[in-house]
Amino acid sequence: MTELLLSITDLHIAARSEQGGLQEIVNGVSLRLEHGTVLGLIGESGAGKSTVGLAALGYTRHGCRLLSGSIRLNGEELFGAPYEKLRQIRGARVTYVAQSAAAAFDPAHRLEDQIIESAVVHGILSPEEARREARRLYEKLRLPDPDNFGRRYPHQVSGGQLQRAMTVMAMVPKPDLVVFDEPTTALDVTTQIEVLAAIKAAIRDERLAAIYITHDLALVAQIADRILVLKDGRMVEEGATEDILKRPTQPYTRALVQVRRVHKPSAPQPAAQEPLLEVRGVDAAYGAVPVLEDIWLRLCRGRTTAVVGESGSGKSTLARVITGLLPPRRGEVRLLGEPLPPGLRQRNRDQLRRIQLVYQMPDVALNPRHKVEEIIGRPLSFYFGLGAEARRRRVEELLRAVELAPEFADRYPGELSGGQKQRVCIARALAAEPDVIICDEVTSALDVQVADAVLRLLLDLQAATGVAYLFITHDLATVRAIADDIVVMLDGRIVEQGTREDILTPPHHPYTDLLLSSVPEMEVGWLDRILAERAARKARGERIMEAADR
Amino acid sequence: MTPSAAIGFVIVGVYALAALLGPWLAPYGEAEIVADVWEPFSAAHPLGTDNLGRDMLSRLLWGATRTIGVALAATMLSFLIGMSLGYLAAVVGGWLDQLLSRAVDALMAIPTLIFALVVLAVLPPSVTILVLVIAVLDSTRVFRLARAVAMDVVVMDFVEVARLRGERLGWIVFREVLPNTLPPLIAEFGLRFCFAFLFLSSLSFLGLGIQPPAADWGGMVRDNANAISFGLVVPLIPAAAIALLTIGVNLVVDWQLERSARPRRT
Repeated sequence: MTELLLSITDLHIAARSEQGGLQEIVNGVSLRLEHGTVLGLIGESGAGKSTVGLAALGYTRHGCRLLSGSIRLNGEELFGAPYEKLRQIRGARVTYVAQSAAAAFDPAHRLEDQIIESAVVHGILSPEEARREARRLYEKLRLPDPDNFGRRYPHQVSGGQLQRAMTVMAMVPKPDLVVFDEPTTALDVTTQIEVLAAIKAAIRDERLAAIYITHDLALVAQIADRILVLKDGRMVEEGATEDILKRPTQPYTRALVQVRRVHKPSAPQPAAQEPLLEVRGVDAAYGAVPVLEDIWLRLCRGRTTAVVGESGSGKSTLARVITGLLPPRRGEVRLLGEPLPPGLRQRNRDQLRRIQLVYQMPDVALNPRHKVEEIIGRPLSFYFGLGAEARRRRVEELLRAVELAPEFADRYPGELSGGQKQRVCIARALAAEPDVIICDEVTSALDVQVADAVLRLLLDLQAATGVAYLFITHDLATVRAIADDIVVMLDGRIVEQGTREDILTPPHHPYTDLLLSSVPEMEVGWLDRILAERAARKARGERIMEAADR
Repeated sequence: MTPSAAIGFVIVGVYALAALLGPWLAPYGEAEIVADVWEPFSAAHPLGTDNLGRDMLSRLLWGATRTIGVALAATMLSFLIGMSLGYLAAVVGGWLDQLLSRAVDALMAIPTLIFALVVLAVLPPSVTILVLVIAVLDSTRVFRLARAVAMDVVVMDFVEVARLRGERLGWIVFREVLPNTLPPLIAEFGLRFCFAFLFLSSLSFLGLGIQPPAADWGGMVRDNANAISFGLVVPLIPAAAIALLTIGVNLVVDWQLERSARPRRT
């Protein structure tokens, strides 16, 4: 039997609430971790995943307090341990990989100086040894040019590379345990798979123990031996990865395991329908930097076109061109067969009304000082000149349409949850009675189940009103669920477009193939399988694309 | 409310009363010579008399109305100018922002006190001109703050929503940007008021502010400055009045700043 590395027993952690009282955010969590194994911590935002992960370092975030319980690392109690002792453990025996490497690296220092710092400060390695070790790990994590990589500054490497550099940083001191806190969440799907593969190989080869925190069950299934499911600071279920995926015992886990339940039945393309919105040969640029090249697109009533691509592919810029925020260099946008003026200011009220936008971050899309009634009501009085009473009635109607109680009209956005805010944003867009709603990553800031509910709502509203959606997303699961037509973008160009069936059925364009195959599947061993497949196809000399090392 | 904020409110309240009712509360006239020079505290003259034998308490009360009034008027005017131009620069952007910001930079490059001394030496001394000069000089700072705070709000999606809806400039400035930038500006108002107040006092001390025989706290410090060499406390009385108000306002401002830093709940 392997020796126990970490055991957390009945841990309670409280956060200071706004009223000054204490609120328990971790409630009786216990976990055990053996040497050389990986534990996946999974849950939605606010489940207390990160708080538990940090507790393994004997650390709590500012404003939080360890109330009771026990945290034993190699048999040593960390709960209530003196600061000096914790200091010797942190960054040496237990290390941490944060979600946003871009925010965790100091932009003023070279990568290597930061990577070897903790090993040197703790006296584990001499600077020379640490540098050699770091170089060995760069190679292991497949970072380019290992001999000179560390000489760069954080802004000179890509997000995926930075995340791997941070993993190196956590591994140089040869710790017993590494806590990974959503290390790939901020990355594109094609980059994520590479970072994940690198982390997995490094954990295996270095015989590390790790806690891997994420909200993505499919992702953690590729790397963890055991999985612990958390909800609202409580343990829901704990078990071997295989068991959790195949035989979940708790309803909450079953809901997590179930892949998306939203599905739009495919509607045949109506033969000769006049397109609502047409983008014809658009080129756009920010200053001298070209962002979009030769974009052609048609959107018909009652249909959803998904625009898919990674960050920097120009998806959001396309939305800015259509709405008039960024006049195109060349080409035009047509609405109902009429060309739209390129700039926002030249468009009339009716043209503005017909195209509405729903944003990615509902937090900043709602004015925090306006009540919901004002937020939804303003388009009503602005476009339709509704009086106070009629407006109030219509606001309540719209709230009901987005499945919110009429009482929400008197609340401020600060009093709503993320999903509720996004519903208010949708209601605001609907208030204008638009022909087209552009949805810019509307579900990516939401938890999976909330996102599902929002998608279902969008489909219901489409069935009821016939509104057309231009759905901008990087999430292929969403695309599979709700798109009628798909446009795949890469570096400002359209690489492939067609109906959902056309695009999702092989043969694919190489880039579409890369995108599709990079989406983690809820299955143990998916990562190894896909990497083996790619290697095999490459060996056969097939043309396959790899995520450019950005 | 914190205890320090409560103290601040009491101080500010007392000063506000003094400013409003000063002329009626004062036992003697503003420029009335009632006793000997620099008399000590007595029942008839609770704070003694000044360098010409005028009642100190009366002059302090008359001065409260004048000094606080001028400082308040100047601060309000400077906020009116600074906030409107600052928001305009942030919302419209482009060349207008460049023009306004560079003009403000140029004005700020000249030391305020020297600039005010030159202007006031040229122009006829009057309260209106004094208020205008202080307001314009102070508005450069308000402009910078209003523009900076508004810049953070202007890039928010909800402002873009308003633009996409086709809202006019007025709506965007007053309904979208203003409510989200108010707390830091309210705090700044308290601070700016203190500066205007001190600025006015220093101008009066230098003889270019409120003109004698009208009472003004800065001027009163100067008039009685010689008493220091005789070991008398007289010049310290108006100086203490200035200091105490500054402290009081700052206590209130600190509280307001802390309050606005916390997330808002209705």
